Amino acid sequence: MSIILDHVSHAYETGTAMQVKALDDISIVIPDGQFIGLIGHTGSGKSTLVQHLNGLLAPTSGSIYYDGRDIHDDDYPKKELRSKVGLVFQYPEHQLFEVDVFKDVCFGPKNLGLPSKEIELRAYEALKLVGIEDDYFYQSPFDLSGGQKRRVAIAGVLAMKPQVLILDEPTAGLDPKGRDEILDQIASLKEKTGITVILVSHSMEDVAEYVERLIVMNRGRVLYDDTPTAVFAHYAELEKIGLAAPQVTYVMDGLTKAGFAVRTDVTTISEARDGILRAMQDTTG
Amino acid sequence: MIREITLGQYYQADSVIHRMDPRTKIVGTIAFIVSLFLVKNIAGYAMAAVFLASVILISKVPFRFMVKGMKAVVFLLLITVVFNMFLTPGEVLVSFWKFKITKEGLRQAVFMALRLSFLIIGSSLMTLTTTPNNLTDGLEKLLKPLKVLRVPVHEIAMIMSIALRFIPILLDETDKIMKAQLARGADFESGNLIKKAKNMVPILVPLFISAFRRANDLAMAMEARCYRGGEHRTKMKPLQYRRRDFAAYMTLAAFVAAVVLTRKIILPF
Repeated sequence: MSIILDHVSHAYETGTAMQVKALDDISIVIPDGQFIGLIGHTGSGKSTLVQHLNGLLAPTSGSIYYDGRDIHDDDYPKKELRSKVGLVFQYPEHQLFEVDVFKDVCFGPKNLGLPSKEIELRAYEALKLVGIEDDYFYQSPFDLSGGQKRRVAIAGVLAMKPQVLILDEPTAGLDPKGRDEILDQIASLKEKTGITVILVSHSMEDVAEYVERLIVMNRGRVLYDDTPTAVFAHYAELEKIGLAAPQVTYVMDGLTKAGFAVRTDVTTISEARDGILRAMQDTTG
Repeated sequence: MIREITLGQYYQADSVIHRMDPRTKIVGTIAFIVSLFLVKNIAGYAMAAVFLASVILISKVPFRFMVKGMKAVVFLLLITVVFNMFLTPGEVLVSFWKFKITKEGLRQAVFMALRLSFLIIGSSLMTLTTTPNNLTDGLEKLLKPLKVLRVPVHEIAMIMSIALRFIPILLDETDKIMKAQLARGADFESGNLIKKAKNMVPILVPLFISAFRRANDLAMAMEARCYRGGEHRTKMKPLQYRRRDFAAYMTLAAFVAAVVLTRKIILPF
């Protein structure tokens, strides 16, 4: 079920003076079951890229394969693709429209033409997966809190049972608590279902803790594509393109400069804690 | 998906026309349109064509942007031409079955088409060379005398500029919502008319909610800045007539006079 991008380029407003090259010769392979972070500054092309993965945008040149088939073949079933590659847009709560939460989540599976039993079952499962309690099912989605609305909207995509789940800035506009809740929920979801998850973000803190592979984009090109640790080793270069490594990376770097023999290739707070403790033991013991 | 609509779209360029006072451009456009209706013969249309072409050249706006505005009214234009051609009584040129094309009809049709296209190109030239903000500023100033009649001129201008400002935002929003619903398997193309209308609900409901939310935010932001209508408000950049505006008014007067004069010329068409 892998997705393959083969020399994909995309330009907006082609043929006018305002032509912008949003993607420039992108070639990546997304195998099954990976947890991927896609990172880039505003305007680096990350949102454009993910809209290619489910065929909402067509590349100006190059091709995209899902499960070995070119998704822009004339006879490719686009609807099926969109159910397999679920895309949750930025501020997904803005797309809610039904009279109650449950009906809204049913919208996706209903569009797939499933029997009504199956639709309701999937909606129920999806709402449970994102941690929405039964009490909220028959409330208007507009009466929920910001974080709850967002989880309902994510459930709306999950109910289609996608093989690949793409989340575009799922934490935008949430407070730190809401942010952690959503990210933990996504991580546990990944654990439970084993689907491929692509997390789009401009914040390193958001993704470093969770993902196993990090793709960094800059000006429509892939700059780095590696494990988080390997990518953050380039933090000086990352800063130049307006991104920063997680704060712990800087702490460890500072400690090294101050003469402590700590590991500098850490990306999460727990790794940092272990690294510092070990260094302390080495010096004292 | 729906970015192609030009509605009050501004084309950035550096030209005398762009720098002109918006009032000059509004008055100029109105005068041009009125003079189009004064035209009686081909000499007058030639005059209008030359005038329009030179203003376009000076404005540095590529001609294809004007044509874009024409696309929306092609249908109207066709109907006008057809009706005029077939339904004007007079000397018959061609006739088949029940239809007759008369000499007068043909003349009327051509003139009507010219008049309509000039009218549209002329007014889109104004919106292409004037920012929406400038345009409403100009309107506000022009309509100021109506204040005596208790017309809320400032409020009208404010409403207009906010509405214009929101058009691109809402278009963008529609695009986003459409994509989001497409990603959930929505289908906007197939089905009959009723089904298609029903399929619009997932776009329209979020769009209305977002419009209200934005309006609310804007109202709050304006209130937080102590906005309270037109009384005692001053402008950061007050409109001021300059030399080029007087020159433009002179040219305009000369043009209108010339058009009136062409009415006296007797031509075969």
